[in-house]
Amino acid sequence: MSYKAKFKVWRGEGGEGKLEDFTVEVNEGEVVLDIIHRLQATQAPDLAVRWNCKAGKCGSCSMEINGKPRLGCMTRMSTFTEDETITVTPMRTFPVIKDLVTDVSFNYEKAREIPSFTPPEGVRPGEYRMKQVDVERSQEFRKCIECFMCNNICHVIRDHEENKPAFAGPRFLMRIAELDMHPYDVADRQESAQEEHGLGYCNITKCCTEVCPEHIKITDNALIPMKERVADRKYDPIVWLGNKIFKRAK
Amino acid sequence: MEIERHEYDVVVIGAGGAGLRAAIEARQQGKRTAIVCKSLFGKAHTVMAEGGAAAAMGNVNSDDNWMVHFRDTMRGGKFLNNWRMAELHAKEAPDRVWELEAWGALFDRTKDGKISQRNFGGHEYPRLAHVGDRTGLELIRTLQQRVVALQQEDFETHGDHEAYIKVFAECTVTRLLKDGDRISGGFGYWRESGNFVVFDAPAVVLATGGIGKSYVVTSNSWEYTGDGHALALLAGAKLINMEFIQFHPTGMVWPPSVRGILVTESVRGDGGVLRNSNGERFMFNYIPEVFKDKYATTEEEGDRWYTDQANNRRPPELLPRDEVARAINSEVKAGRGSPQGGVFLDVSSRLPAEEIKRRLPSMHHQFKELADVDITAEPMQVGPTCHYIMGGVEVDADTGAAAVPGLFAAGEVSGGMHGSNRLGGNSLSDLLVFGRRAGAGAAAYIDGLPARPKVSQELVEEAHAEALAPLGRSGENPYEVHHELQRTMNELVGIIRKAEEVSEALEAVEKLKERVQLVGAAGSRIYNPGWHLAIDLRNMVLVSECVARAALLREESRGGHTRDDFPGMNPAWRRKLLVCSTEDGSSVTVEEKTQPTMADHLIKLFDRDELAKYLTDEEMTEFDGIAKS
Repeated sequence: MSYKAKFKVWRGEGGEGKLEDFTVEVNEGEVVLDIIHRLQATQAPDLAVRWNCKAGKCGSCSMEINGKPRLGCMTRMSTFTEDETITVTPMRTFPVIKDLVTDVSFNYEKAREIPSFTPPEGVRPGEYRMKQVDVERSQEFRKCIECFMCNNICHVIRDHEENKPAFAGPRFLMRIAELDMHPYDVADRQESAQEEHGLGYCNITKCCTEVCPEHIKITDNALIPMKERVADRKYDPIVWLGNKIFKRAK
Repeated sequence: MEIERHEYDVVVIGAGGAGLRAAIEARQQGKRTAIVCKSLFGKAHTVMAEGGAAAAMGNVNSDDNWMVHFRDTMRGGKFLNNWRMAELHAKEAPDRVWELEAWGALFDRTKDGKISQRNFGGHEYPRLAHVGDRTGLELIRTLQQRVVALQQEDFETHGDHEAYIKVFAECTVTRLLKDGDRISGGFGYWRESGNFVVFDAPAVVLATGGIGKSYVVTSNSWEYTGDGHALALLAGAKLINMEFIQFHPTGMVWPPSVRGILVTESVRGDGGVLRNSNGERFMFNYIPEVFKDKYATTEEEGDRWYTDQANNRRPPELLPRDEVARAINSEVKAGRGSPQGGVFLDVSSRLPAEEIKRRLPSMHHQFKELADVDITAEPMQVGPTCHYIMGGVEVDADTGAAAVPGLFAAGEVSGGMHGSNRLGGNSLSDLLVFGRRAGAGAAAYIDGLPARPKVSQELVEEAHAEALAPLGRSGENPYEVHHELQRTMNELVGIIRKAEEVSEALEAVEKLKERVQLVGAAGSRIYNPGWHLAIDLRNMVLVSECVARAALLREESRGGHTRDDFPGMNPAWRRKLLVCSTEDGSSVTVEEKTQPTMADHLIKLFDRDELAKYLTDEEMTEFDGIAKS
């Protein structure tokens, strides 16, 4: 049942580091995060890794396992063969603080740039009435555990540091879609999605959807519908005319 | 010694539901507020809460109201609850839930568009506002987004997002600072850099959650090291009810690496049943005397209840958690357990597969991914797991104020609200109700303060030396000391306790205390988990001693405290609270204190027959006087 596995784990801080080799015990039913913890307890007490719930609910232990963004706590060792060397590295899109821990502040800054939920004036708490079918679309996006693996994998910023200021990433473009589809949100979000948060950079390669541990259909259900809403509006002759008149009046 | 320094009005330690709600309130009352948390913003343990937030909105059954909720809460806690807290909680929970909706939360809906409510153990009516089985995530995200909304407002007004509310993420507070008797701030370190930080603040709200990491089998994350409990003790505050620990009846038992992870009570609320290896629904054999008339005695009646609650009694799978956990423990001990040492929890034979996936999506996902079990096709194996501590900082019900001026506590780190056992769903509502109250309490305290207490340089230097100490030592591995503590507590002060074992645990804890003084951490100060654990161990050992000392003294069984040598509930003990404190910062003393008497208007909500099961003869005579008046 138990065997010795070969691991390569990226270790380093302050912009420098390298893959270090480890041989470590693996028992039945374990996940990659268990092995990282065993390394901490037995071979590398200062090995840095983020984790919390260990049940795929908090989105803390995002890492790259054999080059793929994964939650360490949801990656079972049984998905690898016993003689396979498993390589664990930090998320590539964000600067490394130490070992597997990265500086994810980019995500918190982007979150702050999206205007918050804006209900209509005069609806008091307790008076909200919504149909289940109308909340389900946004509920899907609210399953997001903010592991930031979608932002990590997105090629718009993964290999293009220069795009970061203008692009909110799939996580926060999905947040805009969530609010836009919220039955009580009255803010106008479509133009700013395109103009301020970089929706146009997305060319729907669906990488974000593939890595989402919550299996949220980010591209199909959030980004594409959002693009359609923006397009409808941009090319809608009445909206176009309205915009012209509005601008002239100003 | 260069230490960064921040001045605030209120420092909230912990960014779970209680901490965020407290911070929002303090900021809404115009106070400059810091939120200091060990993890990233939005990762707190609250995300693990699955079932829902209990609030008597009456959306599904209009007979529900705060009085029914109050009664259920007191029954769940075996009448040891602080009655004032239980009253405020039952009255205010609906407003706190509705407020979340106005901040963007999207709860599941009833047919007429209101917030849907689900059944849960110990709640007479469907009462839990929920989002599938990920309600905690919705709550934390909504509060997180509310904090961001306030920061956006502040940016509009002051040109700085962080002018009035700032999150210090991955920052651990190791000591509270005092000026004479009063709180003057806190000392901590950044996990990321290992640099130290001083918070200069007249009010501190503790919202640090629980102590589960002192046990091997627990549903709690690494953060639950009893920090707030220990910080309060070390600052001179008192802890009550520390002997009462909730072992959630249904944790995963296999594979070993996920042992303890929670399986939501909603599985049972939505129709799931518990069976032993003989296929028997054994809970029918475990209905205690006090609940005899409230639970179904046949499977047929229990099953009818799901569709007709007016004419049937609820199935015993929905007894309060302490009862179910003990029953599972007994079945396993009697040799009727499942292959991996739990019992079977089956929803597959009770609901269509599609319905299970809709109602319990994260359970379906969790079992599929972690255990290779499809819960729509086969039963789960489950067993008790250390889940929640009812005990905590003794606070004023209305303001959350602890005995130390300037110190407040809310949520799991506070004690009293849940008595000897918490009902499922009462935690999320507790966080919201008392988080808000503690934030308001702190704001009002500051307004009444004649002069701002000062941070003492001497205390800062002491705290600095204490935090650095493990790094300089080439001592024992902190992980080993931690495992030893977890084993000790799990085996000797676990779900069933006896005097000899608890005494043995206390001896072990004494030895562990000495070892904690000697642990060493290799490596630098930069993001060094070994060092962080070495610091957390002080808290875990201190809090474990409180649990064991109180458990040894309370010679009865009640809620989350079961004594093999004193199996019955004793009405005389109901009137007593055990209060922990420390003089020297390392040894714990426990004193008895009389439980405050329930207000007349509340005690009258109960039938005489029911009260007679819990109260002493003397108290019953008093009650008869009140009932007549």
